[in-house]
This record gives sequence, C-alpha cells and structure tokens, in this order.
Amino acid sequence: MAQSHLKAVGEILAKHGILVAFILFMIAFALLNPRFINSDNLLGVVRSSAILGVMAIGVTFVVVSGNLDLSVGSMMSFSTIVVLDLHDKLGPLLGIPAMFAMTMALGALIGFLVGYLKLNSLIVTLGMLSAIHGLTLTYSGGKNMDIADKDGTWFGFFGQGELLGVPVPILMFALLAAGLTLVLSKTPFGRKVYAVGGNGVAATFSGIPRARIVFYCYLISSFCVAMAGLIQASRSLGSQNTVGQGLELQVLAAVILGGASLLGGSGTIFKTVIGVLILGFIQNGLLLVGLEFYVQYIVTWVIIILAVWLDIAAKRGQLWSPIA
Amino acid sequence: MSAQAPVLELKDIVKTFPGVIALDHVSLDILPGEVHALMGENGAGKSTLMKVLGGIYQPDEGDILVAGEKTILRTPLEAKGKGIVFIHQELSLAEELSVAENIYMGELPRKSLGRVDWSKLFSDVDEILGRLNCNFNAQTIVGDLSIANQQMVEIARALTVEATTVIFDEPTASLTDAEKVVLFDIIEDLKSRGVGIVYISHRMEEIFKISDRISVLRDGEYRGTLKASDTNQDELTQLMIGRSLEHTRPDLSQSNGDVALEVKGLSCGKLFHDVSFKVHAGEVVGFYGLVGAGRTEVAETIFGMRNKSSGEIFLNGEKVEINSPADAIAHGISLVPEDRKGQGLVLGMNCRDNMTLPQIDDLTVSGLTAPQSEQEIFKKYRDQLEIKTPNWKQTVGNLSGGNQQKIVIGKWLSMHPNLLIVDEPTRGIDVGSKSEIHNLIRELAGQGYAIIVISSEMPEILSVSDKIVAMFHGEIVHTFTSSNVTEDKLVQAISGIYEPENAA
Amino acid sequence: MKNTNLAKRLQDSAIWIFIALELAFFGIAGEFLSLSDGNFLAPDNMLLLIKQTVPLGIIALGMTIIMINGNIDLSVGPIFALCAIVMLDSMTWPIFAGLGDGVIVIAWALAILVGVVLGAINGFIVWKTGVDAFIVTLGSMLGYRGLVFLYNGEQPTYHLNWTLVDIAESAPLGIPLPILIFAGCILFTWWLTKRTVHGRNAFAIGDNRTAAVNAGIRVGPHMVWNYVLIGLLVAISSATFYSASGSVNPNDGMLYELWIITAVVLGGTKLTGGRGSIIGTVGGVIAIQLMRKGLGHIGADTAMVNLVIGSILIVVLYLDRQLNRKGEEELNS
Repeated sequence: MAQSHLKAVGEILAKHGILVAFILFMIAFALLNPRFINSDNLLGVVRSSAILGVMAIGVTFVVVSGNLDLSVGSMMSFSTIVVLDLHDKLGPLLGIPAMFAMTMALGALIGFLVGYLKLNSLIVTLGMLSAIHGLTLTYSGGKNMDIADKDGTWFGFFGQGELLGVPVPILMFALLAAGLTLVLSKTPFGRKVYAVGGNGVAATFSGIPRARIVFYCYLISSFCVAMAGLIQASRSLGSQNTVGQGLELQVLAAVILGGASLLGGSGTIFKTVIGVLILGFIQNGLLLVGLEFYVQYIVTWVIIILAVWLDIAAKRGQLWSPIA
Repeated sequence: MSAQAPVLELKDIVKTFPGVIALDHVSLDILPGEVHALMGENGAGKSTLMKVLGGIYQPDEGDILVAGEKTILRTPLEAKGKGIVFIHQELSLAEELSVAENIYMGELPRKSLGRVDWSKLFSDVDEILGRLNCNFNAQTIVGDLSIANQQMVEIARALTVEATTVIFDEPTASLTDAEKVVLFDIIEDLKSRGVGIVYISHRMEEIFKISDRISVLRDGEYRGTLKASDTNQDELTQLMIGRSLEHTRPDLSQSNGDVALEVKGLSCGKLFHDVSFKVHAGEVVGFYGLVGAGRTEVAETIFGMRNKSSGEIFLNGEKVEINSPADAIAHGISLVPEDRKGQGLVLGMNCRDNMTLPQIDDLTVSGLTAPQSEQEIFKKYRDQLEIKTPNWKQTVGNLSGGNQQKIVIGKWLSMHPNLLIVDEPTRGIDVGSKSEIHNLIRELAGQGYAIIVISSEMPEILSVSDKIVAMFHGEIVHTFTSSNVTEDKLVQAISGIYEPENAA
Repeated sequence: MKNTNLAKRLQDSAIWIFIALELAFFGIAGEFLSLSDGNFLAPDNMLLLIKQTVPLGIIALGMTIIMINGNIDLSVGPIFALCAIVMLDSMTWPIFAGLGDGVIVIAWALAILVGVVLGAINGFIVWKTGVDAFIVTLGSMLGYRGLVFLYNGEQPTYHLNWTLVDIAESAPLGIPLPILIFAGCILFTWWLTKRTVHGRNAFAIGDNRTAAVNAGIRVGPHMVWNYVLIGLLVAISSATFYSASGSVNPNDGMLYELWIITAVVLGGTKLTGGRGSIIGTVGGVIAIQLMRKGLGHIGADTAMVNLVIGSILIVVLYLDRQLNRKGEEELNS
C-alpha cells in the first residue's frame, strides 16, 4: 500500500516535480525575504540567467538526441573573444556574423565527429573543450580582449540595452526559447531528434538519417553558444579568455534538473528553461537570505541528485535501487 | 515410475508482472538422471519459470523443493550453492576476461590479502575443459573464442559445482552439428552421474533424441507432462498451441500479379552470396532457414541497412540503387524488423508518433507537424489492425508484444509500400495474436501487397507463404512452391542436405 | 581472430610508441627550436617531468579502476582541494598544538579521512539511489566545491610547516619523495587490478554487469569500495602536492577531472568499462606531461598544448573505433 502511494506521489513528482520544486522555492524565498519577489529582482535574476539559459537551450537538443556537449563553455569563451576582436577589426555589423560562422564551424566539426564518425560524444567534446580553449588562447595571444572605444559603439545593446522596457538579453533568451521550442516540439526535425535519442537503431530503420540529425543538433547548440557569447561580450565589452570556463557543467546541471535523461529521447526546452531559472533563483534567493554565493553549489548538488533520483524511483516503483 | 525422489520440485508457482500473469500455478518435478524437456511457445513462461529456478526471480506463490526440502532461492549464487546451475541462452560472459575468470566469476579462489589463487584457478579450469574436449585453455581470452566455444564456456560453468540440476536454455541455437554431438555427450555424462537436466528447446528432433520426459507450458499455464517415448510431435504441438495444426495453407495464390521485386545475384561479403528470387504482387514469399543462414541479412540489404557487394535489385521492373533505408522507403520498400524493441520501435515514444515516424516529413502544414493528419493515420490503422491501446498517447513500451508488433506493421502499411518485408513477425507474441498476425499477412497479400516473410518457425512459414525460399549458409538452397513442399524437405534444405533430384 | 589479437596488442602498446615518438620529436626538434640551452632529454629534466605528473597521475590511477568498473568520477577536483585545506588548516588547530611535528601525521590522516569519506558518499549515492555515476559525481563536483568555499570563503588557506616541506622535498636514494609515493601507488593499484579478486571483479562488472550480478558479485559494495579508493588516492595526491607548496586556493583542482579522464582514455581504458590498465594510464599521464613540457621546450605556449592534447584525444578515439570495427557485421546508420 505504502509502495503504491509512494509510486503515485512519485509519478506526480516525476511529471511535474520540477515545477513543484520551483514553486516551493519561490514561496520559501519570498517568505524569507520579501525583496525576493520584487519585480526588479526577478527581472535581474532572469537577466543574469540569460547566458546560461541560451546555452542550455542548445544543449537540450544535443542531450535529447542522446549525446553530451562538454565543449560549450570553452566555445563560449571563444565566441566572446572573437566577437570582441572582430568588433574592432571588421566592425560589429560584419564581426557578429563572422563570429557566428566561426563558432558554428566548430559545432559542425563536433557534429561531424559525433554524428558521421559515430565517436563517443563525451570524449569528443572533452577533447574539444581543451582544443577550443587552446584555439582561443592562440587567437587572443593569451591576453584579455577589450573593445577600444567602449563609449562610441552600439554593440552594448545586446547585453545592456532594453527594448520596450525589457532587457535585451531576456528578449533574446525568450525569443530563442520560443523559437526552438517550436522546432523541437512542433517540427518533423524535432520529432526525429526524439526518435534518434530514444532509439537510434529504430530511427535508422524508419529511414531517419541519424548522423545528419545529430550533426544539426550540434549546429544548433553552437548557434546558441554564439548567441551567449554575443550577450556576454556585449554586456562587458571586454573579456578574459576563460569567461565560459566551467559553464558546460552548469549548463548540463540545468538540463538534467529540467528532467532530460542523459540517455536521450526525453526533455523539453520549457523544462530546461525552468531548470535554468531554478539555478538562477536559488543563487539569488540564497544571497538575499544572507548566505554566501557558494551555498548555491551545495543546494544545487542536493537538488540535482534528488530530482534525478525521484524520477527514476518513480519509474522503477521503488525508492532504493534493488542492486545488491 | 521409479521410487527415486526428485532432485527438484516446483509446486504451484505463481509469478506476476504488472498486468501479466507470467506463471499460473505451475508445477514440475525433475528426477535424478533424467533429461526433462520443457516446451512451449515464446512467451509461454519457460524463461520466467527458469529464472525462478535460477534465483533471478522470486515467485509470488508456491514452493521450490530441493532434494525434498523447501528452499528459498534469493540469488543466482544461492541457487548455484544448492546445485542448480543455469546455462543461459544469451551468453553472459565478460569478453575481456579469461576463460577461467568467466567460469569462476563471482567465486574466484582466494589467497591471503584478497589475492586470486591463479594456479588453483587455472588448473581447476583446465581440468574441466579437458573433460569437455575443448580446444582452448583456461587463460584464453573469451572475446577471442568463436560463439560456439563461448557456449562451451557457459557449459563449463555448470561443471564447477556438484550440480544436482542443470538447466539448458536453447543451448544448440548457435552450435554446429559436431559441437552438438559434444554437447549431447556431456548431457549423457551428466545424466549417468545422476544429475537432473532441464532442457529447453524449440527443436523437436533434439527433444525426441535426448529427453526422457517432456513438460509443456502454454500462456503461463502447465499443460501436462508426457513421456518422450509415448508421444509424438503432433500431440506435443497440440498441447503447445492448444489446437491441432491444420496446415491451413491458403489456396495457392495464382501469383498472376506483376513482378514487384526481382533480386539478381545479390551478395554481401561473407554474409550471403548470389541470391536471386522474385516476389509478385499479391504473393507471400517465405524465407526459411536457421539463424545465421543469411535471411535477415538479405532483407537488411534490400532495405539499405547493409551495402551489397554485388548484384541487382529491380522494383516493378526498374533497376534501383538503394544505399540507405531512406532510399528504400522512397522506393516503397518497408521492413518490419526482427528485433521489435531494438529496431522497430522507439519504446519511450507514444503510439501515434511511432506510427507516423517514417513519413513525418510529409505530414506537415507550413513546416510544422500536423497532429490532425497524424491522428487520422493512427486511428485508421488502430481500427484496421485492431490495436488495443487506450489512446494515442500511450507509450509504446507499455503495450503487449502483439500490439507493439501491430504498431510496427501499421507504421509501414500507412506508407502504402510496394514491398513489405516482415522479419520474424510473431517472435515473442502470444498465441492468439499470432494467428491474428498471420491472417493479417494473408489479407494484405489478398489486397495485392507483395510480401516477404522471414521466420524460423516452420508452422508459420507453412501457413502464410505461397512460395518458400530455403536458405543455408548464405545461399538459397531451393525455392519451393506450396504445392511441392513438405516439412521433411524443408528441414533437409535448411540443414544443407537437400538434393533436389532425389526429392522431386 | 589473429587480427583482433594484433589490434589489441597494438592498442596496448600504442601509448608507449606514442611516448617514444614524443621523446624523439622533442629531443630532435629541441636541438633546433629550443630557446634554452638545456637538453630536453637530460635526466634532470625527465625526473622533473615525472615529478610534475605525480598529482594528476595518482588520481588517474584511481580513475582507471573506476572506469574499468564502468563508472566515472567528475568530483576529484574539489576533493583534491578539500583534502589540502583540511590538511593545512588542521596543523593550526589548537587541540593539536602540543604535538609539535607529530601534527604532520594527524594532518595527513585527516586529509585521507576527508578523501575517503567524500569518495564513500559518492559511492553510496550511486549504489543506493541507482542514479547514474556521471550525474551523481557531476552534482558532487558542485557540492564539494561548495564545501571548499564554505571552509574559508574565497581566501586561500595556507600554512607552512618547514619540517613538512623538508619531508615533501626530500629525495631518499636520490629519487624525489613524490615520485616514490607515485611508484608505490602504481604498484598497489597494478597489484589490485591484476592480482586480486576485487580487481578482477571490477573488470567483470564493467564488461558485463548482468553477468556479474547473476554470478553473485555484489556490485553495489564493490562500487563503493572503488569510490573510497579513488578518494584515498586523491587525498594522497593532495597531501603530497600541498605538503610542499603549503597553500591552497579554493579554485584549485578545477578541470582536473577532464585532464585525468583524458589521460586515462589515452592510456587505453574503455569508456564503457571492462577494459583498461594501470600501466596504460601511467603512459597516458606521462604522454600528456611530455606534450606540455615538450611543446613548452620548443617555444609553443599553453594554447598549443591544449589544442594538441584535445586533438590527440579525438584522433585516439577515432583510431580506436577503426580498430574495433566489426566489419561487415555492422549495420549502416
């Protein structure tokens, strides 16, 4: 009896757990510190989550297709450095598309290696993490990159500007989320991504070109990274070579928190966005309650494990693993 | 019967899984020194029963008696400790490890400090391998062995303990005839030492050759135990499928449809070579042969999953080049694959999405998927094929085997194929759904579809095919028409001993 | 069948061939390109090089066993930092004030305790919850890093005990102590994987988990022991390294997991488990360190090192795949 109750609760949690957790968090923080639900504060959190969020949306495609991407952090450093450099050399109008092209070329390379050559994505992107970091350092000569004339450019618009009272990074985040939600859940391509991630062999037996789908997922991921790099560069108008370092794991944490399975075939953009916001609000909430920023690491740890654990516990109908 | 006490007894075993009664009050007793064959169709509950015996599953009800004493077998190791040894059908070996480490997996002999006692291990294993006449030694890496030799390693595991009962689950599936002889010798040897043998197999000849008693399961229920010397194939078959097998072969199809598919001299590396045949519209061509004879590989090559090394494929008289499943689908070829769960379905996806997967590109309105048209397709084939599912949202993984198979068939019917290839259409499907699927295949042929059916089950091949292509070792031995085929000839053909001039 | 044997033997020795090529290349190229006069292959330089591989190397040994077993540990970086913090800080604790240099033993013991406990926590979570090791240790990588910061905020933790520094920098028989410790760890883990029941079971579980379970191997506790072992090795690595330097930053050890996994994979350990060797891993860490030092020697910067190592990892993966191809058995996809 208790077992079946647990299962029922588990099923609800598995389905909507992440939303429930999100709401509970918001209520708890709001009670602890009224400033938390102040609209400025909320907007601020979303704004600072935008970079992570934009990247997480892209990585969601990769994860749903059954792969991993550990290279997004160092790829984001790359695009930030490149766009700052090209801003001065080519001007922003040419520099931005050039940066997108370069970043997506890296994405295409990874897509080729994982999709067409069928190499293990964990190791490939691990290698690319290191290689792209090297590329960035080579490009910049190891120095920080700054825009020469910080006051005389409109480039700051993407990171600092506002449109109709909404900060531009939030707009970009929202638009990207909406657009790619459409792609993942409402197009034939999206359906194929789920099929390839759910069962690559069966997808192939249904005539779906697995390699090409995986390739496009990495391309989308690198597009999102370029977008994140653009926001980052525009926000600070200058950057270190290591600006994205470690972000790959936070991104992955957000995607997992959103309930995507690392085995592929499940996850949605909406849930990933919730995952990103949870990370953002935890960080903010803990700070407002007066805790140091690093407490968020510990809280995130607990939440990730709990989220995934409850999910699989609901699926197997047993809280504890049956392994002897 | 002799007064010998059984080495092992099962009493009223019940085992249920969510939604299924896998074993419904099954009883069985194994006598010392007998080979007790266990028969039943796929899904009849044989594997579940053996897993209960092997300590992998716990029964919900009922008792297990080992040498007359009530026993609970919590783990495979406990079962082994009681002298019950399980030789698995799917090889459960670690390929990177040595033969010796595999044979004593979980029970490596220890010295001080947790060290492995290699000299004891190797000498013990070499002694066992010697008894089995193996041509490899204890230190050979398992991954370097042939499948048959790997099977021998599995069997060698049984000899590491004083076994009272040894369970063989389809042990000959991948053995050559010479290796079978060795296996049967081993079984005789075990028998003579008073070991009780449980022998699971689909192969009637083997069963009658080596077994003393035969028990039959059907749909999780115990149907009876017969002495091998007192029964015959027909009686057994009847017990297994619950009715006698009228070979209700349909009227010979006139095959007056056009040639839908013609294959000329198709070869694919060592897998098969020089395969030629024709399939007419409205005709069912059965491909029969042992596992590994190349049947599935031919189908996969036609479907673009493999690259041919030579040969030509003609569809409706036109030569086609097929390099990928997408090409094949574009040419109107459909394949219902052998491994339903691994190749046919995305188990985590819902019914509708699985069904529309191959044509999802065509079901769009301004670039977006069109749920309306998808729904229509799903409903149409759900009704036509009588798929039992609460709604389209149901995850395919939760359906029964028969309904899953119908989803796959529906998926391809909705493509209106020129050629439908069905590989092992009823593997792991309960008896009721089986005949439904057979009827469906006949019906489709009646509607003018050209169909290839690949099967390892003779009754199935006989009851659905108009023509039967028998394969052996990657070659077509003979093509029978349903008027001149007999079971004997088929068996000869697929064992490589068929001589057409004698048989004609 | 002979073919696969040849392929296997090639794979087993590949890392040493690679190291030989590196040595030859940097030895020769160094003559022409080097900015310094020093000979790259000089014994002193080689000894220093090996000494520098020690911190990563010791951890990589543990990672090898974890990966043979079919798991992974992404949390070694923060464990590395936390062990060091506890070791250095504990020497200043008032309760140990009366111990004089005896505190060193206690400090080392505490460091090891921290490593073992954090490893055991990972292991128990993996076992009891059934959550994938990748996710569990990804989580604890964040969580443990949080603990690191919790200890001393963003401030570095430092304490110089000169006796300790002398010990750490000593060189019995002319060999630096860290190298001796590394050698000891290599011997122990090699023995564990080759000679003990525990080690052989790790291969069995990684190779065919179902078979291992059916054979009665207790997979759960086995995993826990492996995580305890890697925790222990991380602690030893950390204690060895920080005894000499005496100062630890809260960000120390970041990205260690990536370097270590790279080394282990280069050394021929299979990502999905069941195959791997301690000796191969030693080759892997040495190859990486050679690459770093060698490229530096001929005037390339860290940028180039990152680029080259990343590319090599991918090339190795590609070659491995080509060697393990099943040929015509494989389906198109």
